Amino acid sequence: MEITEVLYNLVFDYTLRTVAMGSAILGIVSGALGVFAVLRRQSLLGDSVSHTALPGIALAFLLTGSKAPLVMIIGAAVAGWIGTLFVLHIINNTPIKADGALGMILSVFFGFGLVLLTLIQKMPNSRQAGLEKFLFGQASALMVQDVVIMAILGGLSLLLVAILWKEFKMLSFDPEYAVSLGFPTRTITIILTTILVIAVVIGLQTVGVVLMSAMIVAPASAARQWTDRLGVMVVLSGLFGALAGVSGAVISSLTAKLPTGPTIVLCISAIVVISILFAPNRGLVMRAARNYMNRQRLITDAILLDLFELGIQHHDPHYAHPSSTLKVMSITRGNIERSLHNLQEHDFVQEIGEDNWALTESGVRKAAILANRMEEKS
Amino acid sequence: MNSTNIQYAVDVADLTVAYRDKPVLWDIDMQVPSGVLMAIIGPNGAGKTTLIKSILGLIKPAAGQVMIFNKPYEQQRHEVGYVPQRGSVDWDFPTNVLDVVMMGRYGALGWIRRPGTKERKKAMDALDKVSMVDFAGRQISQLSGGQQQRVFLARALVQEASVYFMDEPFQGVDAKTERAIIGILQELRSSGKTVVVVHHDLQTIPEYFDWVTLLNVRRIASGPVADVFTEENLRAAYGGLVAFKSHAGTAINNSLK
Amino acid sequence: MTPAQIEIQLIAAVVAVACALPGVFLILRRTAMMSDAISHAILLGIVLAFLVTEDLTSPFLIVAAAMTGLLTVLLVEILHKTRLVKEDAAIGLVFPVLFSIGVILIARFAGSVHLDTDAVLLGELAFAPFNRFVVFGVDIGPRSLYLMGGILLINLAFILLFFKELKLSTFDAGLAASLGFMPWILHYGLMSLVSVTAVGAFDAVGSILVVALMIGPPSAAYLLTERLSTMLLLSALMGMVGAISGFWIAHWADISIAGSMATMIGVIFILVYLLSPGRGLLASVRRRVRQKWEFALAMLVIHLSQHEHQPEAVNECRADHLTEHIRWNAKFAQQVVRLAKHRNLIDETDGRLNLTSNGRSLAARKVVG
Repeated sequence: MEITEVLYNLVFDYTLRTVAMGSAILGIVSGALGVFAVLRRQSLLGDSVSHTALPGIALAFLLTGSKAPLVMIIGAAVAGWIGTLFVLHIINNTPIKADGALGMILSVFFGFGLVLLTLIQKMPNSRQAGLEKFLFGQASALMVQDVVIMAILGGLSLLLVAILWKEFKMLSFDPEYAVSLGFPTRTITIILTTILVIAVVIGLQTVGVVLMSAMIVAPASAARQWTDRLGVMVVLSGLFGALAGVSGAVISSLTAKLPTGPTIVLCISAIVVISILFAPNRGLVMRAARNYMNRQRLITDAILLDLFELGIQHHDPHYAHPSSTLKVMSITRGNIERSLHNLQEHDFVQEIGEDNWALTESGVRKAAILANRMEEKS
Repeated sequence: MNSTNIQYAVDVADLTVAYRDKPVLWDIDMQVPSGVLMAIIGPNGAGKTTLIKSILGLIKPAAGQVMIFNKPYEQQRHEVGYVPQRGSVDWDFPTNVLDVVMMGRYGALGWIRRPGTKERKKAMDALDKVSMVDFAGRQISQLSGGQQQRVFLARALVQEASVYFMDEPFQGVDAKTERAIIGILQELRSSGKTVVVVHHDLQTIPEYFDWVTLLNVRRIASGPVADVFTEENLRAAYGGLVAFKSHAGTAINNSLK
Repeated sequence: MTPAQIEIQLIAAVVAVACALPGVFLILRRTAMMSDAISHAILLGIVLAFLVTEDLTSPFLIVAAAMTGLLTVLLVEILHKTRLVKEDAAIGLVFPVLFSIGVILIARFAGSVHLDTDAVLLGELAFAPFNRFVVFGVDIGPRSLYLMGGILLINLAFILLFFKELKLSTFDAGLAASLGFMPWILHYGLMSLVSVTAVGAFDAVGSILVVALMIGPPSAAYLLTERLSTMLLLSALMGMVGAISGFWIAHWADISIAGSMATMIGVIFILVYLLSPGRGLLASVRRRVRQKWEFALAMLVIHLSQHEHQPEAVNECRADHLTEHIRWNAKFAQQVVRLAKHRNLIDETDGRLNLTSNGRSLAARKVVG
C-alpha cells in the first residue's frame, strides 16, 4: 500500500481511525505516566496492575451484568488499586521486598480472576467472550465510545500531572525531603498511584494484560536516553508512545494475521533499542565512539611525550626514532602506525627516511605543553 | 525540662524510638539554645540519624515530643531546614542543580503553585553562597560528592529556616568543600541561626562546633563543647574503643588549650 | 477418589514443590519478578520449537523454552549492564518483546493448531491425566507426573549439591565473590532451573500459577523463619497444601483449577501474614501495644528514681504532675500509674508516688541497659 493510501485510510477508514486513535491515546497516557513509575523504581507496577485488574473486571460484570466499557474500567481500576495497596502494605510491613510482593499479588489476584471467569462461564446466558478481550487485548474491536472514554480519563490524568507537577517531581526525587517540607506525601502518592492505575486500565483493551507492562516502561526508558530534563522526558515519552501506538495500528492493519497489541509493543521496543544505541549523550554507539576517540588521543599524546623525552636524552628535539622503538614505549603495545599517521596529518611529526619519526616544530611545542600539564598535575 | 522560661530552638523531651523490640533511641532529652552550632556524635548504630529523622517526623517515635521555639514541630516546619545524607537519593534523576535547589522553596509555595522568578533568584543566591553558580544548569549525575553536598546545602539554605538539621554533611567530601561548608555553617550561626549536625569525625569537633551532644541509644551528655567534650563522656559514649580514645585524646587536648 | 483425581493431586503436589524450591532463592535474592518474565517469555521458545517439529509433545519444546528462559535472563542482564536502565525496567522491557514475537508467530503460522495463548497462559490441569507416558507399550502414568517429577529431582539435586554455595552467595554476595567461586554460575544455574520448571509446569498449570507457586509459598515461609533450610521445607509444604486444597475447591465448585490453586496460595499467605508469631500482623500490633506500656512504666520509675531524693520531689513526684513533666495526657498518666501500682512498682501516699524496691530495681536495670 502506498503511503498516501495509508494516510487516507487513517482519516477515512472507521476501523483504522478508531484503532489508531485509541492506540495513540494509550501511548501518550501510559508513556507520560510511565515516567514516574520508572523513576520511582516501580517499573513493574504496570505488570502488576494489569494482572490484578482481572478479578475487578469479572466482579464488575457479575455485579452489574453489564459489559459496558466504563463499567469494566471502573472494576479494573478498583481491583488494580486494591492490589497496589496490598503490595505497598506488604513492602512496608514485612521483610518481603518489592519484587516478591508484586509477583505474589499479581499471580494470586489473577488466579482469583480466573476463578471468577470460570464461574461466569457457567452462567446460563454468559457472553463472557467479551471479558477475555481484556485479557489479551483486541485493538481491532475498539469502538468509538471506548476511545472517547480513554480520551476523557487519559486527559484527566494528564491534567493532574500538569497541575501537581512539582509535587510529583519532588515525590519521585526525594520523598523524605518532601515530608520534611510538610508535604502530605501519602496523599500525593495515592493520587499518583491512582492515575497510574487508570493509565494501565484504559490500555488493557488495546494490548492486553501481559503487554501493558511494556507500554508503561518502554516509552519512558527510551525518552530518558534523549534528555536530562523531566519535563522533556515526559513529553517525549508520550510522543514515543503515541508513535508506537499509531505505527502498530497501521502496520497491523496492512498485514494479515498480525495482532495489533504485539505489533505496538514491537514498535515501542524498536524505539527503545534505537534510543539506547544512538541517543547523543547516553547512547552506546556514541559512548563507544567517545571512548575510542579518547583512547586515540591518549595514545598520540603519549607518543609525543615519548619523542620529547627521547629528544631530551639525545639533546636534539628533532632526533628521529624508528617506529619499533616508539612501539615498545607505547602505552598500547599494539600497532601505532595509525597513530603516527594521525600525528603526521596534524603536522606534529614527520617521517625521516624509512620508518623513522621525528617531532616537527609544532610537534615540539605541543609536546612541551603536554609535559607542562603533566607536571602541574603531579 | 523547660522549667524556666528560656526559649530553646530545639527542645526534645523523652524521645524514644523502637525497632521491633529493641530501643534505638531511649528517653532522649536534648535542649538546643538558639544561635549555636551543635554536633551530634556517637558510634555506629547509636541512633544519630534516627534522632534527626524522628525530630523531622520521618520516623514515628514510640514516645516523646519535639518543640521548635516552644511550639510543636508540626506547626513549625517552615522554620526547619533539612540536609539529608547524599546517598538518600538517586543522582541519575533527570534534573539539574538549579531545579533541585528550587525544591527548597516548595514548602513556601504550597500546593500547585509553580516556582517563578522570585524563587529562581533565591536559588541562584543560595548557589552563590555555596560557590556553585556555574553549575546551575548541570545535570546532577555529573556532580562530584562535594558538589552534591553543596547542592543539598543550598537547597536547605533556600528554605530560609531558623533551625537546620544536617546528616553527615562531611562524609566523603574533599577537604576544600568541607572547609567551605563549615564556613557557611558558622556564618549561619553568627547570624543567629541554629545548626544541628550529625558528625562523624571527632578530631574536628572543638574546631568546628560550640555545642555537642554525645549519643549512644541514650543521651550521654549534651552542652557546650568545653564542658561536655571530655574523655569521660567519650568513653561512656564509645565504650572501650581505644582507637577513638587516642583521637579523642588529641582533640580534647586541642580544645583545652 | 478416582484414579484420575489421585493423579491430578499428585501432579499438583509435585509441581508445587518443584516450584517452591527455586522460588525460595528468587525471593531471597530479590529476583522474584524474573519468574513472571520467564514464564511469559518461554512462549516464544515453545512456538519456535513447535514450528520446527510440528509436534506439541516433542521434548524439543522443553529445551527450546528453557533456552528462551535463559535468553530472557541474559538480555535483562545486558540491558542492565549498559547502566542506561534500572534492573526492574530491564525486566519490564525484555519479556514483552519475546512474548509479542511469540504471539505474532502463533497468529501467522500456527493459528489453526491447538496452541492458543489461552492454554499457554492458563494451562489446564484437568487434561493432564490424558497425556500418558507410554513406555514399551505400557502405560505407566501421566506424562506430566514424570516430567515434573524429573524436574523436581533435578531442582532438589542442585540445591542439595550446592547448598553451602547458594546460601553464601544469597546472603553475602560480596564474600562469595571474594572467595573465588563465581556467583554468576550459581545465578545462571538457578535461572535455568526456573526456566525448566516453568516450562514443565505450565503445560499443566499455565504461567500464572507457576508464578504463584514460585513466589507465594516462599513469601509466606519468609514470614515464619529466616533459616534457609526451614524456609525450603515450609515453602514446599505450604505449596502442596495450597495446590491440593485448591484442587478440591475447584472440584467442588467446578471452577478453574489453576485459578483456585493460586487463590488458595493467597489465602495461605494471608493467614500466615496475620498469625505469624514473629512477623505477623497480629504479633506486631500486640508488640506495639505492649511496648507502649513497657516504655511508659520504665519512664515512670526512672523519672521517680531521678527525683525522689531531690527537694522538688514533693512536687515532681505527684501523680497529677506527671502530665506536666512527662507530657502524658491525664487519662494515660492515670492508666500508667494504675498499672504501675498493679505491678507493685510504686505506691501512693497522699497523692505522692513512691518507688517500691521492685520499682527501684526496674529503674536501675533500665538505666544500665
